[in-house]
Amino acid sequence: MYNGGKIIAGLIIFIGLFTFPIFYNMGKASKMPEPKLDTPAIKELPEAERKCVESKEYMKANHMQLLDEWRDLVLRDGNLVYESTSGKKYIMSLQNTCMHCHSNKKEFCDKCHTYANVKPYCWSCHISPKENET
Amino acid sequence: MLDKALTGSKGYWIWIFSLLAVIGVGVLSYLHQFDYGLGVTGMSRDVSWGFYISQFTFLVGVAASAVMLIIPYYLHDYKKFGKIVILGEFLAIAAVTMCILFIFVDLGQPMRVMNVILHPTPNSILFWDATVLNGYLFINLIVGWTTLTADRKGVPPPNWVKPFIYLSIPWAVSIHTVTAFLYAGLPGRHFWLTAVMAARFLASAFASGPSLLILLCLIVRKVSKFDPGKEAIQTLGKIVTYAMFANVFLLGLEFFTAFYSQIPGHMHSFVYLYAGLDGYSKLVPLMWISSILAIISLVMLVNPNIRRKENLLATACVMIFISLWIDKGFGLVVGGFVPNMFERVTEYWPSLPETLITLGVWSIGFLILTVLYKIAIAVRERTASWPELH
Amino acid sequence: MSINRRNFLKFAGASTLIGVTGTAVIEKILLTDAEAAVSPGSEALTAKRWAMVIDVSKIKTEDDYKKIIHACHSIHNVPDIGNKKDEVKWIWEEDYEHSFPGVSDEFVPESIEHKSFLLLCNHCAKPACVRVCPTKATFKRPDGIVAMDYHRCIGCRFCMAACPYGARSFNWRDPRPFIKEETKEFPTRMKGVVEKCTFCSERLARGLKPACVEASNGALVFGDLEDPNSEVRKALSAHYTLRRKPEVGTAPSVYYVIGGNEHA
Repeated sequence: MYNGGKIIAGLIIFIGLFTFPIFYNMGKASKMPEPKLDTPAIKELPEAERKCVESKEYMKANHMQLLDEWRDLVLRDGNLVYESTSGKKYIMSLQNTCMHCHSNKKEFCDKCHTYANVKPYCWSCHISPKENET
Repeated sequence: MLDKALTGSKGYWIWIFSLLAVIGVGVLSYLHQFDYGLGVTGMSRDVSWGFYISQFTFLVGVAASAVMLIIPYYLHDYKKFGKIVILGEFLAIAAVTMCILFIFVDLGQPMRVMNVILHPTPNSILFWDATVLNGYLFINLIVGWTTLTADRKGVPPPNWVKPFIYLSIPWAVSIHTVTAFLYAGLPGRHFWLTAVMAARFLASAFASGPSLLILLCLIVRKVSKFDPGKEAIQTLGKIVTYAMFANVFLLGLEFFTAFYSQIPGHMHSFVYLYAGLDGYSKLVPLMWISSILAIISLVMLVNPNIRRKENLLATACVMIFISLWIDKGFGLVVGGFVPNMFERVTEYWPSLPETLITLGVWSIGFLILTVLYKIAIAVRERTASWPELH
Repeated sequence: MSINRRNFLKFAGASTLIGVTGTAVIEKILLTDAEAAVSPGSEALTAKRWAMVIDVSKIKTEDDYKKIIHACHSIHNVPDIGNKKDEVKWIWEEDYEHSFPGVSDEFVPESIEHKSFLLLCNHCAKPACVRVCPTKATFKRPDGIVAMDYHRCIGCRFCMAACPYGARSFNWRDPRPFIKEETKEFPTRMKGVVEKCTFCSERLARGLKPACVEASNGALVFGDLEDPNSEVRKALSAHYTLRRKPEVGTAPSVYYVIGGNEHA
């Protein structure tokens, strides 16, 4: 092999650089955050009514699709009211319905989004509830 | 073949790194614009398109002008263009790339650019413009690369590429027609609302593009052993002359309609551009420079004795290029917005970041052009001594 | 119904892997399915074609104008950037000559010549802005309102070039620092999108008339142009009105009563 030494050295450096992030972050994985549900609006509700528009599991997995669907339904198709699986009716509004209960955006939204490294641009336009700076 | 762009003289590398430096400054300026918003430009609520869109409009013309080599060579078997037709195709590739970049830097939400494909809207001319521009880039990449590869091997281009070559002819016309339709179909913008817009666009394109090509041919001859051919350059000179006359004629038609009819809306933009309106006259000197350069260059070009002297031909080509750049790469777009919809005047002038971004995009275009030409020249230098194949 | 929709959603998520086409098809099914579970709400005001009649003779003082403009701009979080270049506005004042260029005569009653008119989006029946938008970010609703989907706007500003009424504003910079009193119930916009008057579609959905109409003491009348008994139709049959630039064929839905005082 011509220049064998150089090639092998180069390969080692390449592999080292390429896998650096894995080694660097090894053992540092942070715990998955649990969204907090202890806002005043939620606490006020009687135990039996402490439910989101759909089940917890469903919301956890699909809230982004639901919101995406809502925005077209409201903005483009002129709808306002959403009838959930349980038959209860809600006004479709991120800012006024969702965030009324989940007034703790930092604890409820941001923590998981940061953990998952997703950056939804909802809040460039939608006004998040006033929160105490922590 | 790309390796041929990696070897070159000192001058070549100085040129490449100068372009890279300008591109770097442009990229930094764009990051600033990306962060702050399009407010870093000179555009406003009243003049909502500026330098970016006008550069795009001008460069679509440069791109379309490759057809002025394709038609004589492939349809009329004009052999003298055989050696330089590749230069036209590669110029088209560089120009279309710049067009696409100029549209991109003009977007307020560039991250959402794919919405144009996700929500295709055939009633929007911009949708069609994006379609034809990308198509044109694709066609020229295929045709340019295939014919050059064949040439390097000393064989005629494969037959399957012929349909693409013929398709590129109407396609070139379409890119500039559709670009004119962006403007010519808007109610309430009198300056743009004219049926000859597309025709004028094509005429000015076939003057500005080939005049740039003449200059490039002369540079190529100077820096390499590849000679594009005296006769080919002279033919291009004739094309420029005819096209420029057509362009000035069409502009004259616009003047007649506006000023003989005396309809205020039709006159206002012309008055603003050439004389100033309500005391605003920022563009007047530029427009007059454009007109004077057009007249001088036409006087020169129409005279065969002057046209045959290559240095004078080159001078005329520089004048035409500048003249048309001012006319189409500045005045046409800004003029449409002045006066505004309330017949009030808001003036426009590009800001520093806007200028740097514009220079950056131009430099990207010239970098692509340089690399592509370097490859084409390397192939041509090698095959120059070979007997004519086509 | 909703359970089906939920399954569809899951399915849609999975099919994203299959490709854009797959998702698009699922979305189609999904939307038709979803319509069963959503509704416009019982209070919503509806019309075949919303329209407005503006009688500026009923707006007396400069404060009255300010009140109307403020009513709109404050509830919609319209920023006051304070310079003409970056200006964003949904409804504003303009004099007679510049409101009706080409129509304005040399000699008109002083009461008209020096009167301010209120300009806003005309919600045209044949809107040029909708025709040119490459993403359907601006679109015409079945009730005639020309609406904006700020989520979809790419900021190409083709609509601004196309609108014959200068009704559209672009966010040349982040508008948030320039919103003096934030209305919590309504979103702001972000930099890089176009915005304009929406005929208060969000209020109509809740059974309220547009904010400017409510704040105008009867100077602005709002209603269904296709209903002969509507307020706008009554106003149109009682007064001579003008529309801005009718010659460009966009069929605007905002009418201006001319010389309303004398004939009222």
